Amino acid sequence: MSQAVATPLGAPMGAKSAPARRANIGDPIFALACRAAGAGVLLLLGGIIISLFLGGLPAFQKFGIEFLWSTEWDPVTEVFGAGVSIYGTVVTAIMAILLAVPVAFGVAFTLTELAPNWLRRPVGTAVELLAAVPSIIYGMWGFFLIAPLMSQYVQPALIDSLGEMPGIGFLFQGPPFGTGIFTAALILAIMILPFIAATMRDVFEQVPPVFKESAYGLGCTTWEVMKGVVLPYTRVSVAGGVMLGLGRALGETMAVTFVIGNANRITTTLFGPGNTIASVVALEFGESEAGSLKLSALLALGFILFVISFIVLAASRYLLRSRLKG
Amino acid sequence: MSGTMTEQTGQNASFGGMAARSSAELNKTARISIRNLDFYYGTNKALKAINIDYPEKQVTGMIGPSGCGKSTLLRILNRMFSLYPGQRATGEVLMDGKNILDDSVDMNELRSKVGMVFQKPTPFPMTIYENIAFGIRLHEKLSRSEMDERIEWALTRAAIWGEVKDRLNASAMGLSGGQQQRLCIARTIAVRPEVILFDEPTSALDPISTLKIEELIDELKRDFTIAIVTHNMQQAARCADQVAFFYLGELIEVAPAAQLFTAPKQQKTQEYITGRFG
Repeated sequence: MSQAVATPLGAPMGAKSAPARRANIGDPIFALACRAAGAGVLLLLGGIIISLFLGGLPAFQKFGIEFLWSTEWDPVTEVFGAGVSIYGTVVTAIMAILLAVPVAFGVAFTLTELAPNWLRRPVGTAVELLAAVPSIIYGMWGFFLIAPLMSQYVQPALIDSLGEMPGIGFLFQGPPFGTGIFTAALILAIMILPFIAATMRDVFEQVPPVFKESAYGLGCTTWEVMKGVVLPYTRVSVAGGVMLGLGRALGETMAVTFVIGNANRITTTLFGPGNTIASVVALEFGESEAGSLKLSALLALGFILFVISFIVLAASRYLLRSRLKG
Repeated sequence: MSGTMTEQTGQNASFGGMAARSSAELNKTARISIRNLDFYYGTNKALKAINIDYPEKQVTGMIGPSGCGKSTLLRILNRMFSLYPGQRATGEVLMDGKNILDDSVDMNELRSKVGMVFQKPTPFPMTIYENIAFGIRLHEKLSRSEMDERIEWALTRAAIWGEVKDRLNASAMGLSGGQQQRLCIARTIAVRPEVILFDEPTSALDPISTLKIEELIDELKRDFTIAIVTHNMQQAARCADQVAFFYLGELIEVAPAAQLFTAPKQQKTQEYITGRFG
């Protein structure tokens, strides 16, 4: 196609034909390189998922579908199940979302509607920089600072107050270790806060001012404009931002491994220790021999995490598609 | 000069036969009185010493070239400018004997009395019913049947009831541009304001929808005091009882529509309405 165009142009003058032909060689090479890079990403993604699946296949074959909910994890008798770590992964991620979304909403609301202009940039940048803190730092900070604070003050207070409440009391009972599912969720909430807050701020800012003005024009207060117009207008994108945070929370490893307590059991209380898929894999990899059933079980866990995160992030991309396009 | 004007008036008459609508005389009672109003965007003075009365239950058209301050003035009447830091007004805007520029004025209450319709239709992303109910709920607690009645009343007054009565629970985003604009008018009058501000309400609409909105404005002035900003002089001639001409932040001339368009007192006005600039 490009040759067909170039030849008639280059033909009248012999001197020009040489550079034109060289460009024609460069074009297909460049196109090929780009295509290869594009295809390479797809191959890589496919390769990871296939190799994880093949590696986990012995475990899947040995334990069958029960692997997904079995709570056994006994390296001595070689019985493995993903139940505890899937539970821990999902519960910490969802709790992190519950803690992070209201704060993120407050941050986004302040940054778009309430804060004076000179304050918006510094606060917005500070929130974004939370995302730049390495996760190992959050892990250490959580373990050495937050966990002791939790065990000394927060957890005893919650146990004394909410622990007595009928209905939800069982969630807030047990010894205040400091580490555990609740603390892990708290650290996760701080880590995913910037992603959710930044998405919310961006979509709130995209609401055309004239929509807000029409609502103000009817006599709305700022909160009524937010609730009645901005949120309905952006709800899909806000949900997308929440899913983005959820995806991050599901796969987070180091910070969670530090503070979750690493015990293979499901406790009813939120203060109890537990584990997540990522923390189990990180901790147990060093102790599993090549070719062992345990290694296969860990790879199978990895495959499950990959599938869960993939679905959540795909949902987030889908919900945010209009924003990404614009 | 006068020949040109006669021609223009002739055109107006043929355009829907609405030229003779305006009242011959202006109502003596002013709903809103503006005295010595100055307005600033930061340090930039956008309106200079404005004095004008908006006669009760009549239409005041505001014309002038882009940037002359007519929309700015409209946005003062419901304190919309207060949303933006750095914009301020000095002077008096009197409504019911109170200066609405006072800090003590409850802006939510003021905006329930002074409704606004914008250049582009702005239906909210919800059902037609909810769009109207939204504004009402802000100020009143109505029972379901009272709410239904009020919504039917508002949609009827906005001349759109017949077109939407069978799909009140459909999304308002599915309506045509002209229908959306009438829905926005219905939403504004549903709150039962006393004054309605129109900011170039037809500039995004086709001629048929424009005609409908203009007829509607004429019908609404029975109950509401109306201020309309327009770029279209024919529209001002068709709709307005009183017309104000603004230029570079100053009010050059305000007069009954017929007088301003046929025998303007100011040279500048005459130049503008005969199309010599702007």
